[in-house]
Amino acid sequence: MAVAVGRQSNEELRNLSLSGHVGFDSLPDQLVNKSTSQGFCFNILCVGETGIGKSTLMDTLFNTKFESDPATHNEPGVRLKARSYELQESNVRLKLTIVDTVGFGDQINKDDSYKPIVEYIDAQFEAYLQEELKIKRSLFNYHDTRIHACLYFIAPTGHSLKSLDLVTMKKLDSKVNIIPIIAKADTIAKNELHKFKSKIMSELVSNGVQIYQFPTDEETVAEINATMSVHLPFAVVGSTEEVKIGNKMAKARQYPWGVVQVENENHCDFVKLREMLIRVNMEDLREQTHTRHYELYRRCKLEEMGFKDTDPDSKPFSLQETYEAKRNEFLGELQKKEEEMRQMFVMRVKEKEAELKEAEKELHEKFDLLKRTHQEEKKKVEDKKKELEDEVNNFQKKKAAAQLLQSQAQQSGAQQTKKDKDKKNSPWLCTE
Amino acid sequence: MSELVPEPRPKPAVPMKPVSINSNLLGYIGIDTIIEQMRKKTMKTGFDFNIMVVGQSGLGKSTLVNTLFKSQVSRKASSWNREEKIPKTVEIKAIGHVIEEGGVKMKLTVIDTPGFGDQINNENCWEPIEKYINEQYEKFLKEEVNIARKKRIPDTRVHCCLYFISPTGHSLRPLDLEFMKHLSKVVNIIPVIAKADTMTLEEKSEFKQRVRKELEVNGIEFYPQKEFDEDLEDKTENDKIRQESMPFAVVGSDKEYQVNGKRVLGRKTPWGIIEVENLNHCEFALLRDFVIRTHLQDLKEVTHNIHYETYRAKRLNDNGGLPPVSVDTEESHESNP
Repeated sequence: MAVAVGRQSNEELRNLSLSGHVGFDSLPDQLVNKSTSQGFCFNILCVGETGIGKSTLMDTLFNTKFESDPATHNEPGVRLKARSYELQESNVRLKLTIVDTVGFGDQINKDDSYKPIVEYIDAQFEAYLQEELKIKRSLFNYHDTRIHACLYFIAPTGHSLKSLDLVTMKKLDSKVNIIPIIAKADTIAKNELHKFKSKIMSELVSNGVQIYQFPTDEETVAEINATMSVHLPFAVVGSTEEVKIGNKMAKARQYPWGVVQVENENHCDFVKLREMLIRVNMEDLREQTHTRHYELYRRCKLEEMGFKDTDPDSKPFSLQETYEAKRNEFLGELQKKEEEMRQMFVMRVKEKEAELKEAEKELHEKFDLLKRTHQEEKKKVEDKKKELEDEVNNFQKKKAAAQLLQSQAQQSGAQQTKKDKDKKNSPWLCTE
Repeated sequence: MSELVPEPRPKPAVPMKPVSINSNLLGYIGIDTIIEQMRKKTMKTGFDFNIMVVGQSGLGKSTLVNTLFKSQVSRKASSWNREEKIPKTVEIKAIGHVIEEGGVKMKLTVIDTPGFGDQINNENCWEPIEKYINEQYEKFLKEEVNIARKKRIPDTRVHCCLYFISPTGHSLRPLDLEFMKHLSKVVNIIPVIAKADTMTLEEKSEFKQRVRKELEVNGIEFYPQKEFDEDLEDKTENDKIRQESMPFAVVGSDKEYQVNGKRVLGRKTPWGIIEVENLNHCEFALLRDFVIRTHLQDLKEVTHNIHYETYRAKRLNDNGGLPPVSVDTEESHESNP
């Protein structure tokens, strides 16, 4: 049955006016409610030298003490340590993962320092891609481990960016949203800070590093994002200790010459960072990660694997053909490996069999040997027995002979007398 | 023995088991603002919703859709010219509009199926409909497997199918059962008793019970499906709807009359005015609230997470690949050899 489909093209979509309240304006609420019940994921990567204040800043940002021991400076290479936490505020559950770069900047040769970081980020994208490519998949309750924001901690030298920083940021800018921050900002004086910030920004621009741009397309956040962008990179101070200021307790660092208040905007940009990272742009960070960085990774990866989109004229779906080819290739490999395994197995069995046969033969030989020895022994013993018996017999004979002799002697004596007697009596008594 | 993995996958640093830090938040962080952020984003991008209406002609499908969305979404057949009205085959007509309310923009597409059940021989008349639904899944799948994907894949999949049951008062017709049996596996079906003003209250409740029983006996899972209830709360809420209210007995109208000093949508008869939005008269308001105000997002999600995924899994499993299917649905389709 032929089916005629009449469809108005997109451009002709008419705007209809409603004559009453329909009620679909609750749709955003319906959507948000679903997300709240599932919970949100947010993953932050902190890149910076050991001791620059990454853990303290995380503690300060999220108002808690994340348990972790400070790292030593002796790490042989850079490794990434990820920790997950579940935070809850009112009815929002957040699965927060903080990834730390342990040992960054400590080695003498830092050529490969950026590599573990890039590998980690790619691995998270890969895991998501694998899930997406599965035949039976469950994306809607997938625990997203992709990095949504990368806080790059710049050391407060006051001069410019280190070459390690430039190289690392250049490698990361197409993979993750980079937010550069100046750590331990209480070591820089205000006038130096301004110069430092502009130097950093100009260096980033001249080296073509793409840092995260706070979105300015939506009216409600455009203004605040624009004003905040001016202060990049944010100069932050972290502290979990509280000091009494006036009549309130506030997070601060106490020095002999004064108190640096974390949440005072004149002292540092911590509040700005918190605003931008969490309160205004968290959702945008997640979206950018998914729609830009992940899509780029996916595109590169699929192209690398041999797939390509074709133009609409030629047969569509070379993706699936290549997929099919790859699948066959994979299956073929599997079969080959299976054959190999089977052959190896057969060989092993044969070997074992031969071994066992050998052992059996040995055993038989031993048994034969034993039997022979046993027989020999037996024979010896029998010989001895026989000897003994012979001896006994001889002895018995001798004894008998001796006894006989004795009795004969007695008898002959008696006989002699008797004989003498008998001689008179019986003539037929013969002597022995 | 080495692992048989086609390419080495770098193992990510394994995160520790999530530590739950709950009550000791020393101050306000601002995590809950993500709700507001999300809401703003979704309002900006807008929503798509595709609703299909299936039923014999004259059951009031177009009127009901117009009443639901309070606008002239479907053009009713004004002239009853027999030759031009009933098509020889089942047609699928999809018409899209953009409606806006409270800052929320919705692209609403109503898919009409004229000709369904109107022939003398109605065998397999659900096939074009099933084909259309699968075509939409196919379109989406194609977009999704592209290397260079669009930021937002246009969603033409049917989120909801309203099936109109004739108010005979007896039971379901074989055609109804056949259709729902075939399609309840691919799309969310909401059965609706049309022209409910022909039944009295007792007849209505008896009919509804019989229909529910028949659907259960035939193993037809209509939306909200029991197996997709996520938690106890959902289950109790949906159970109530499934066992008491559904199928909704509705009356549609786009004419307004004056009743008790208010203007209401209704049907005027010699024996009184039937108010469409009056819960004592018919269950239109329940249907509207159910579909639009509470379960709209859920309808889309079940379509995306379950029906579409089932289609995708089946498709990718068949021969491990997809045969070339032309995107342009107006051409005839090649079948898989």
